Amino acid sequence: MFTEKTLKQVRQGGKEWEKEVEEVSKEKPERKKRFSTVSDLEIKRIYTPEDIKDLNFERDIGYPGLFPFTRGCQPTMYRGREWTFRMFSGMGTAEDTNKRWHLLLKEGETGLSTAFDFPTLMGYDSDSSRAIGEIGKCGVAIDTLRDFEILTDKIPLGSVTTSMTINPPAPILWAMYLVVAEKSGVNWDKIGGTIQNDMLKEFIAQKTLMLPPEPSIRITSDTVEFGTKYVPRWNTISISGYHIREAGSTAVQELAFTLADGIAYVQDVIERKKLDVDSFTPRLSFFFNSHLDFFEEIAKFRAARRMWAKIMRDRFKAKDPRSWWMRFHTQTAGCSLTAQQPFNNVIRTTTEALAAVLGGTQSLHTNSLDEVLALPSEFAATIALRTQQILAEETGVANTIDPLAGSYFVESLTNQIEEEAWKYIRKIDDMGGMLAAIEQGFPQKEIANAAYHYQKQIDESEKIVVGVNKYVVKEENPPQLLKIDEEVERKQITRLKEVKRVRDNRKVVQTLNDLRTASKTDKNLMPYVIEAVKENATEQEICDVWREVFGEYHDPGFY
Amino acid sequence: MYGGKSLENIMTQDSIEKANSSERKLRILIAKPGLDGHDRGAKVVARAYRDAGFEVVYTGLHQTPEQIVSAALQEDVDLIGLSCLSGAHMTLFKRVLDLLKERKTEIPVIVGGIIPEDDIPKLKEMGINEVFLPGTPLKSIVAWTRKNITPRY
Repeated sequence: MFTEKTLKQVRQGGKEWEKEVEEVSKEKPERKKRFSTVSDLEIKRIYTPEDIKDLNFERDIGYPGLFPFTRGCQPTMYRGREWTFRMFSGMGTAEDTNKRWHLLLKEGETGLSTAFDFPTLMGYDSDSSRAIGEIGKCGVAIDTLRDFEILTDKIPLGSVTTSMTINPPAPILWAMYLVVAEKSGVNWDKIGGTIQNDMLKEFIAQKTLMLPPEPSIRITSDTVEFGTKYVPRWNTISISGYHIREAGSTAVQELAFTLADGIAYVQDVIERKKLDVDSFTPRLSFFFNSHLDFFEEIAKFRAARRMWAKIMRDRFKAKDPRSWWMRFHTQTAGCSLTAQQPFNNVIRTTTEALAAVLGGTQSLHTNSLDEVLALPSEFAATIALRTQQILAEETGVANTIDPLAGSYFVESLTNQIEEEAWKYIRKIDDMGGMLAAIEQGFPQKEIANAAYHYQKQIDESEKIVVGVNKYVVKEENPPQLLKIDEEVERKQITRLKEVKRVRDNRKVVQTLNDLRTASKTDKNLMPYVIEAVKENATEQEICDVWREVFGEYHDPGFY
Repeated sequence: MYGGKSLENIMTQDSIEKANSSERKLRILIAKPGLDGHDRGAKVVARAYRDAGFEVVYTGLHQTPEQIVSAALQEDVDLIGLSCLSGAHMTLFKRVLDLLKERKTEIPVIVGGIIPEDDIPKLKEMGINEVFLPGTPLKSIVAWTRKNITPRY
């Protein structure tokens, strides 16, 4: 990047500056002995051309839309189209959530994202004893196709894309979406969206658990194969670092474990399904967290794209440039928000959203100020959406692509994060891949250590959290919170009973038997799930077939 | 990995002394009732208790109230710590307390997680000994435990 002459001048100037620093520090030492990111990466006093002297523009930075995609995955990025404003939302019954979706779309949201309640996430129906107290609490309750039809009522499935945060039961919720689309006359090649469907990070972080790792990844590969053949605009896995970070990982761990999960999926589909790498990898998508440390996050996003491009081109020998690009959704860090002085959360979320935008995200969820206390109220969700609209339309940050490229600091940090992440990936490769690493509890323990370290730093005030360990005040005027009516539980169970009463139970049993038989073979299970869903088999009935065939996985409780 | 300090160095002198003392260690069950998957808080608290010299049993996720009470009795614990961030706390915590009463045991119960202020008096009324909200320093939880909990046997 620089001539030897320039570097010589830089070093010369640096020596003079260091003398100045020494002089000033005698009288007024720096505020801290050590400055570090939220993830505790040490940050230097200043960065100069010396720090990026080995950087090669063409090899390491380049142009957006071209290898190595450091600067973004589309050639025109936000000048062509803004990122998708995609607000994660779901609460109570399907009616409640449908109403919220319409409100958000009316207010300018450009993509949908579904939050399901815990029973739905874990494959239990609302009338299960396991569901008591949880129905509609953390998201929307979905038991059968009937609920899903209400959820998507008057939503234009042919034009809006929908993301669904669902993992072990992902094939079932996806099948519901496909059936609803079909019924409303929208062809499968016209619908677009994402199922999270990333089981590996469930074992590591989010912990909606159902089946053991091996059958889990088999079912994931079934969905990838089915999507590749019949639903070409659907992202069948959203390989997610978000939850890894929420569980307490560092930025480097989030990046490394996510990419290692991605490698495991690509490997499995190639080996199990014998698909050509370029036939399915362009539709893999990613999902990252945007935490508070502004530059660390931007560097992480840039490093992520560059690393995935190298993994796809060099490791998997993909030839299609669309296999090399990494498209990702971002959510601001829920774990960075505070229950104390919750209105301050707007500022945190804004900063995190700005980092995501400067990092080149394809879509974004901004957390609501009250999300640490409850599901978002309409008031809070609207402010969160407006945050994105203000960034996109008022601040000018979307005018040019990757504006921080070339910054000594940002480029150096991008390199550093990439190098650290490769170390983890090599280690996981040495362990025999991500499945083996998970079985040994490696990522789980790394994350638990990082989470504990961070909490200790907060306790010791080495890291400041405003309103928690500094500027603490007596809390007054809490925001008005959304409360899920206990009536939701009764309504949901009543509807489920009614569906079970009117459906053709003979056909339900038949489709479930067919699924059971197919599950014991290598057949792709998606067609069987679709048939069961059409007959109004419940989510749990389908999951119970899998539990019976594959066994259940329980959290080993590493800490 | 973590820059300046290793985890061992972060342990306070006090906790090391406590760990070495001959007095019977407190046994604590940390449990996650229900379907909630948010285990970061529970695990961090479990670590803090362990580093403070207590014996900790962590159940792992997705435990039914019945499983939690059985584990508490089998392990002879002096304290149960429950964590819930899914909004199901009023139902699940009550069920644990009811089962403890049924089994005629008086193991104290503390809870943490996303718990609205309005629910705190109701939980105390129900029999929960203490509620720890987000942002509570680990040392406060440890200090509360040292002050209020003694070995039951």
